[in-house]
Amino acid sequence: MKRNIAILTLSVSALACAAAADEVRVYNWSDYIDEDLLEKFETETGLELIYDVFDSNEVLETKMLAGGSGYDVVVPSATFLQRQITAGAFQKLDMEKLPNHANMWEVVASRTEQYDPENAYSINYMWGTTGIGVNVGKVREVLGEDAPIDSWSLVFDPANMEKLAECGVYFLDAPTEVIPAALGYLGHDPDSHDPDVIQSAEGLFLGVRPYITKFHSSEYINALANGDICVAVGWSGDVLQARDRADEADNGVEIAYHAPKEGAQMWFDQMAIPVDAPNPDGAHAFLNFIMDPENMAAASNYVYYANGNLASQEFLVEDVSGDPAIYPDAATLENLFTTTPYPAKVQRVVTRLWTAIKSGV
Amino acid sequence: MRPGRTLLILVPYLWLLALFLVPFGIVFKISLSDTALAIPPYLPTLDLSAGWSGFMEFLSELDFENYVFLTEDDLYLKAYLSSLSIALFSTVLTLLVGFPIAYGMANAPEHWRPALMMLVILPFWTSFLIRVYAWMGILANEGFLNQFLLWTGIIAEPLQIMNTNKAVYIGIVYTYLPFMVLPIYATLEKLDGSLLEAAEDLGCGRTEAFWRVTFPLSRPGMVAGSFLVFIPALGEFVIPSLLGGSSTLMIGKVLWEEFFSNRDWPVASAVAVVLLLILIIPIVLFQRNQQKQQEAEQ
Repeated sequence: MKRNIAILTLSVSALACAAAADEVRVYNWSDYIDEDLLEKFETETGLELIYDVFDSNEVLETKMLAGGSGYDVVVPSATFLQRQITAGAFQKLDMEKLPNHANMWEVVASRTEQYDPENAYSINYMWGTTGIGVNVGKVREVLGEDAPIDSWSLVFDPANMEKLAECGVYFLDAPTEVIPAALGYLGHDPDSHDPDVIQSAEGLFLGVRPYITKFHSSEYINALANGDICVAVGWSGDVLQARDRADEADNGVEIAYHAPKEGAQMWFDQMAIPVDAPNPDGAHAFLNFIMDPENMAAASNYVYYANGNLASQEFLVEDVSGDPAIYPDAATLENLFTTTPYPAKVQRVVTRLWTAIKSGV
Repeated sequence: MRPGRTLLILVPYLWLLALFLVPFGIVFKISLSDTALAIPPYLPTLDLSAGWSGFMEFLSELDFENYVFLTEDDLYLKAYLSSLSIALFSTVLTLLVGFPIAYGMANAPEHWRPALMMLVILPFWTSFLIRVYAWMGILANEGFLNQFLLWTGIIAEPLQIMNTNKAVYIGIVYTYLPFMVLPIYATLEKLDGSLLEAAEDLGCGRTEAFWRVTFPLSRPGMVAGSFLVFIPALGEFVIPSLLGGSSTLMIGKVLWEEFFSNRDWPVASAVAVVLLLILIIPIVLFQRNQQKQQEAEQ
């Protein structure tokens, strides 16, 4: 709850941004770091860290394109990053100030180059997949032992959804992730930019829309953990955090995450420095701090997302490095797809479709 | 007129210019431009260094196509209408809840009134967001309200209030209640008690005296209160997005989508300008009407 309030009040805090040279302002996703790291950064560098959070790429992008956000480090997903680079929102990284850059993982870097050529503007922070989190006990109770918890048919087949509605189904409020998943389920190219193909997802959603409890991009962590809902279309690490919280609460809720077998989106969250960052030196110091293998591992161990840092892997706990939901095995990797940014006209089609799906207008 | 006095009169106009007309001009200008992938995300931007010809070129690139666009998709019309009906309905509800409170306050013993006034204002000391969040805790399916009703046995199944329009109405009525109570209380408190005595002397019962004296005389307070509730409720964004469901269609949310999801500042600005016109035109007409009535009475 505190986090959501922070999201809504951050615009206020961003306004008061007469940044001094000894302050670094970081704008990251909610529930996305081990907060001990923030203190460690302050002790190590003597810089004051101001840490704000958001839960949607759209909010971040609007701040970037408005300019003068007052932030030194921001964390857009790669597709959004690519568009913001084109708009001139970021500055090139000064590799001399980033000695820890040598720790990065070629496997991930080669994929993020698709969005940020030569990785000149950004470093990978975390990467993960968009899939389905389930409350295993409740879903089996409703759908039987052979419930298809590793398939998109769980949430796109009205027959399943009708029964699941009674225990609650959340969807991410992120059209650029949910619509590609629907297209993939329908057998289309998930990354299609053809308005007619995109529009074809509407029929699929109309069938299941009455059974969707809510579209929200962060509430599902607690809702899953508390047992308020039984299915959430969400991000891998968030669902695993819910699993962790349920374990801690010892409330008998068993949460599982699957990247559905029909194909799941693989995404990359990239740290970048806005072109008008008040303290670019401090921003580089923060990036370098994050790329330290032990720090990066601490973050991954805490948020259950894979990172793009090869040297960090020896510090990962077995729970993270050995979990195929976090570090997918070769077979799952083959089922993952990536997407590219929509041009403005197509984006309007996607948003309009999303409004139609959500509110029926 | 003395210059000091002119200056004094000028101050409110300067405020109006700086806080209303200039921002409106900027929004209107953006609504005539085109979206672009840049900082800021629209074209053309005004560059005064190019001189007069640059300004003329800037003007020639502006057009009304975003307004035309608003008429092509019925989403916008539906959102405006739905916002109007939600705002109207919640204003009426607020009036129904607020009037008895104000009436009770105005008729309470004089030494109680400051304390009652305090109780009305007190919620403002807590952040608006926290209060809306508190309602999420009350109205949720496992929330206090449902738990209480289940415990008393009035209902067997939890009521689905959260994420529906009902929750939006509750949120708006709760949040804006003080804006309704205070103006009504102010008019009722100033009401001349001897008028009621006169009515009773002339044979009115208490109920009749209320409807023929108190109620009409409190109209200015009710009108002021209704405007104070209706106007912000129409463009409300926080309450429908936190308490409402996905099917709650309000123009504030459409504006958000245009601005954030589509990154289309020009269309978002056009939506805002139309919203302003929807508010201003009826208010101006209403005030004209009031003025005419007053003149006729005199």
